[in-house]
Amino acid sequence: MAEYETHEHDVLVIGAGGAGLRAAIESSAHGADTALICKSLLGKAHTVMAEGGIAAALGNVWPDDNWKVHFRDTMRGGKLLNNWRMAQIHAQEAPDRVLELEEWGALFDRTKDGLILQRDFGGHRYARLAHVGDRTGLEMIRTLQQHAVHKGITVYMECTLVSLLKDGDRVCGAFGYWRESGKFVVFKAKAVVLATGGIGKAWEFTSNSWEYTGDGVAMALEAGADLIDMECYQFHPTGMVWPHSVRGILVTESVRGDGGVLRNSSGRRFMFDYIPEFFKKETADSEAEADRWYTEKKNNRRPPELLPRDEVARAINSEVKAGRGSPHGGVFLDIATRRDPETIKRRLPSMYHQFKELADVDITTTPMEIGPTAHYMNGGVRVDGEGSATAVPGLFAAGEVAGGLHGANRLGGNSLSDLLVFGRRAGAYAADYAKSVKGPLPVAAGRLEALAREALAPFDPGGTENPYLLHQELQRTMQSDVGIIRTEHELRRAVEKIGELRARLKRVRVEGHRQFNPGWHLALDLRSLLVCAEAVARAAIERKESRGGHARDDHPKPDPAFAKVNMVVRKDGEALRVSAEPIGEMPAELKALLEG
Amino acid sequence: MARVAKLRIWRGDASGGQLHDYDVPWEEGMVLLDVLHVLQATQAGDLAVRWNCKAGKCGSCSAEVNGKPRLMCMTRMSSLDTTQPITVAPMKTFPVMRDLVTDVSFNFEMAKRVPAFKPPPRPPDGKYRMMQEDIDRVQEFHKCIECFLCQDVCHVIRDHPENKKVFAGPRFFVRYAALEMHPLDTNDRRELLKEQMGLGMCNITKCCTEVCPEGIKITDNAIIPLKERVVDEFFDPVRWVWSKVTGGGSKEG
Amino acid sequence: MSAVAPQASPTPIAARAPQRVDAWWVRPVLTVIVLAAFVVYATWAGMQNAYYWADPYLSPFYSPCLAANCAHSDVALFGDWWKWSPAILILWAPGGFRLTCYYYRKAYYRAFVWAPPACAVPDARAKYYGESRFPLILQNVHRYFFYLSIPILVFLWWDAFRAFRFADGFGMGVGTLVLLANAALLSLYTLSCHSCRHVCGGGVDRFSKHPTRYRLWKRLTVLNERHSQIAWVSLFGVALTDLYVRLVAMGTIHDLRLF
Repeated sequence: MAEYETHEHDVLVIGAGGAGLRAAIESSAHGADTALICKSLLGKAHTVMAEGGIAAALGNVWPDDNWKVHFRDTMRGGKLLNNWRMAQIHAQEAPDRVLELEEWGALFDRTKDGLILQRDFGGHRYARLAHVGDRTGLEMIRTLQQHAVHKGITVYMECTLVSLLKDGDRVCGAFGYWRESGKFVVFKAKAVVLATGGIGKAWEFTSNSWEYTGDGVAMALEAGADLIDMECYQFHPTGMVWPHSVRGILVTESVRGDGGVLRNSSGRRFMFDYIPEFFKKETADSEAEADRWYTEKKNNRRPPELLPRDEVARAINSEVKAGRGSPHGGVFLDIATRRDPETIKRRLPSMYHQFKELADVDITTTPMEIGPTAHYMNGGVRVDGEGSATAVPGLFAAGEVAGGLHGANRLGGNSLSDLLVFGRRAGAYAADYAKSVKGPLPVAAGRLEALAREALAPFDPGGTENPYLLHQELQRTMQSDVGIIRTEHELRRAVEKIGELRARLKRVRVEGHRQFNPGWHLALDLRSLLVCAEAVARAAIERKESRGGHARDDHPKPDPAFAKVNMVVRKDGEALRVSAEPIGEMPAELKALLEG
Repeated sequence: MARVAKLRIWRGDASGGQLHDYDVPWEEGMVLLDVLHVLQATQAGDLAVRWNCKAGKCGSCSAEVNGKPRLMCMTRMSSLDTTQPITVAPMKTFPVMRDLVTDVSFNFEMAKRVPAFKPPPRPPDGKYRMMQEDIDRVQEFHKCIECFLCQDVCHVIRDHPENKKVFAGPRFFVRYAALEMHPLDTNDRRELLKEQMGLGMCNITKCCTEVCPEGIKITDNAIIPLKERVVDEFFDPVRWVWSKVTGGGSKEG
Repeated sequence: MSAVAPQASPTPIAARAPQRVDAWWVRPVLTVIVLAAFVVYATWAGMQNAYYWADPYLSPFYSPCLAANCAHSDVALFGDWWKWSPAILILWAPGGFRLTCYYYRKAYYRAFVWAPPACAVPDARAKYYGESRFPLILQNVHRYFFYLSIPILVFLWWDAFRAFRFADGFGMGVGTLVLLANAALLSLYTLSCHSCRHVCGGGVDRFSKHPTRYRLWKRLTVLNERHSQIAWVSLFGVALTDLYVRLVAMGTIHDLRLF
């Protein structure tokens, strides 16, 4: 047996964004020897891109707000596909998690009374998002990172894991490589927390960076875990559309939360034409009422620009298709005529900077051109609501990689709170689980060698496929056939294409050597990404209705039968199988909260 | 309209390397990082370069473009003179790993040496009270994306690597300033700054401020105020006598 | 935390860093020329011990005039035994204020010491300790020069008001305006000083508990952001003021009486 560099810890946290950092902090606080793995450098994870804020019913701005309202908003935003227990825990614990960040040094914007200021966001009844201008994610990751630094957590940077290791049924570690040297490394651990984020790199226009290739999803699936709600992928309504090279980069929902409106080519606030039945009761039907709402919420209903993201993304899509789009194929997001330049620069400094630098557009005088962009995996690895445990003993998942909390559609701001609430829980439960594991952590003979051989295959002579071009083909397929609006025909075509790409990936060839070789890294990442893409397409075929992030042209209405099931994806040999499984019955007291 | 840029990219590893010339097509609106991605996908699949968000928020793609430290994702091609070759080299202050990727572990080591934030216990309702004016200053420092361009450009360690043992660098002075001016923090790091973090090594030549992609006024708002706080404690007999007379410390609340 | 990241050995720096190709040297060269010219002029003017008083105007280089041998003595702290130029008694204070100023330090470290001459251009010296040891550690006395410059400012304003008092009574000449402008510019320079900003409020951690100092700090911050421009303008201002008084005193030009 070849010797590989090996590290042993009680708990291994994979991924160092908000969820991973929070899990590692908690696991360490529970006395477990904890290691944290990041694919990039520490502090670069996609959490820094979260701009708007952390949803938590602190009630600082609107005293009427409480966890029950937050729970209701989350469930309604998710079209009731959510794991209700997770939604309940999330709404109840989020305020404590935010205050805890403050105790660790985070500085949120303040109210006049010196409390944490909260801002309006789509789908939230009250101004609820604790924020720092439009760079809340940065504040959060930096605070967690610095707190972790003082807690004796071992951090392994620029390390990509390609497979989980198992001892019988339970997880006992992971295998991967150092990005810098290309050398293999083995981590043995009594419990593993996945916090690897999403799969956004499967689409052409995406707000996600290169890291979001679904490693965690694929590793969990391979190890025997279930995926749920994969079809309900979230397209954020507002990404940049021009210049072409920055297409997809996120434009925060705070622009709308702070008063920005959407207009088509004729200047019309078209969102008034797209208010769905489900939200009619709580949405303004005139511009005057919508504008009053920002300052007077009791007697006015919310502007339709602040409908949940799935609704807004589809509306923009329709306007563009109807020929009422902007010159570069988006629509206009206008805050210039709505707020004074000082306010815009103070509330949205990084948006101002981003448009100024990348598009040469001054958002205080000119509307932004925006369009939907692939953004967030609403579904993911199925976990139990209390402790974030997956179906595989010893394997936990938290953050974007875990599914359930958000149902068919995530509300803005619920992601950062999700990272904190379930990151903490996953860390705590993983540390407790690790205490129950005794004895050595054996790995089956030949397993590591097989993984190493597979990982080095792209260097074999004889391969012909270029990983960059395979990736581009996948992205084009997903963009055109598994986009915002889908049909069975297109989805089947995508599944077929993904199958072809998986076959071609076996013949991939990379140049150079193992040391920091992005071509090789991409070739390995693509193995995960293709599995995730297929899971999305296959689950999307089975959900023959439109709900949340999943919209079907051939089944444009929600179907009550599908309201009661989650689409579950499992691995069966090399194949993926989808089954519809019933959602657990919600207790009466929670059901009552949904009415209101 | 596709145009062609002449890129002159440093390629190599710890054992050495040299500049390589590439002709890469580019189009309107692209940033330098886009052009490097085109290069990767078509001519140099193994070109090592760090990047993440591509929007100036994560601080990964730091490099030296025509000799100046900057973020490649925020360097628009239209801002460069594309009639001339564009040189792209790794950050000079840090050891090269491969191509444009450098070993920035110096910064993570320095981060470990920062004494932690220490707040007073939370009030009974769990909510600290701070006014916006109390935190405006510190929020500027929290904008730091840790691109380490300020560390790269700082001549104290760029031209004198032996100082890395005794100099925290602008990024960490920003961090120390954020802690020292934090309205809740109760730690005092001034002696550490003076004795071990090399605050006195800084000769305020302001290059850190010039390269900061977040526009943080590192020198004026972080380093000089820290120097003044050190003066309060160690170089100001008037205040020292005053604090003895009044019985209070010289650190103000 | 123990960050485990693979270590690389440093590559020789020169081998991998192409230098800046733009005209980075223009600014340090300009700084050298202007600062050197000022120092030469100020030294010459301060040593000359003549033509600094053209009733009712007093050159700022000689204010306050503290010796008995002054053409126009303010407070004769130094008796007849002082035979040299009275400017020597005073010039060290504003000179020291500018010498230790955070902005001028940047300017002359770059231009004269080449540490570094411009950003990302190599530092000229082999060893570097910055301001961490003698003599440069003395830069920390900047605050005292700030304190000292306040009474001097009072005298300069006094000079400016006295410049309304002509032998034939109240009036105003171009020189009056020159002296007023000089006092204003030097006040702006002093108020925009980093030490001033710190002493007045920068040292406070919780501004909401010190609202007056906060307001003061905020206003000084606006000035401080322009400290470098004010430093140059006031430098030219004080030299030109001296030149004006000198030329009037020498009879080269005539002061134009406005009323």
